[in-house]
Amino acid sequence: MKTSLVIALVATGALALPTTLLAADAAAGKAGWSKEYPQSDGSPARSCVTCHGTDLTQPGRQANTGKAIEPLAPSVNPKRLTDQAKIEKWLLRNCKWTLGRECTATEKADFVAYIKTQ
Amino acid sequence: MTNRKGILILLGLVAVGAVGMAISDDGDRNGTRGGWLISRADVTPVANAAYGEECGSCHLAYQPGLLPALAWTQVMDPAALGDHYGDDASLTETLRTEIASYLAAHSADQASGTRSRAFAVGFDPKAGTGLPRITETRYFKRKHHGVPASLVTGNPDVGSFSQCHACHRGAAKGLYNDSRIDIPSHGPWKD
Repeated sequence: MKTSLVIALVATGALALPTTLLAADAAAGKAGWSKEYPQSDGSPARSCVTCHGTDLTQPGRQANTGKAIEPLAPSVNPKRLTDQAKIEKWLLRNCKWTLGRECTATEKADFVAYIKTQ
Repeated sequence: MTNRKGILILLGLVAVGAVGMAISDDGDRNGTRGGWLISRADVTPVANAAYGEECGSCHLAYQPGLLPALAWTQVMDPAALGDHYGDDASLTETLRTEIASYLAAHSADQASGTRSRAFAVGFDPKAGTGLPRITETRYFKRKHHGVPASLVTGNPDVGSFSQCHACHRGAAKGLYNDSRIDIPSHGPWKD
């Protein structure tokens, strides 16, 4: 409980102040973006690209339902990265679905830093 | 007498005219019985912002009246949300309880509409191995029994029976009747 609280606090801090608290690395985020994770249940390997694509200014597509996902790039969708709770929720869900585990605070900060540049 | 007949005919024409206007006013170009004749939703539309937002961001926010309360309870179980038909749909406990209560309170067995109530008929919470599915309810299966797979699973613009809105163009508003069906690359549904 205590550890998770610390992690949550660090993650929150990392998202709020990615450049000061943690050295968030947009390049690392970009590399992680297309890294594929094989699935033990035989389903196709997953990466962020599976649903969000490689061009973040374009809409994505939910892999299971086909529902359109609005572009993640703040340059074309200014609502992105403005709601802390939303960022946390989707990073939690999507890391678990894609990587099979929660992302570390560093990984999350890197992803956010990368998305910010788009 | 002749006069009364004339008035009746005139009234009849006015009524037909009103229907005609209602049809042409209906934004749904595929609705052949558009307008006020089908203005009532077949299933009560979603009226909970948290549900619409949290669940509707990944899929059609299926109306609560499409499954009985027991089924929604199974779907909204914390562990079940971690593996939600193959997706991680984890929610904070606050949101989970809010959405679960909304779904249960407006579920098929709590609804007043006959179409909703039909979705609760014959539901067995212990049946099957996975989570309950609207597409597995007795009523759904009966209503879609005659639909060839080629129009749904074999249709790239539909893909699955879970994609209600692909053919039932008014699904998001709870409109599921036959007149609002427009199957991609096929057209309206004729029994």
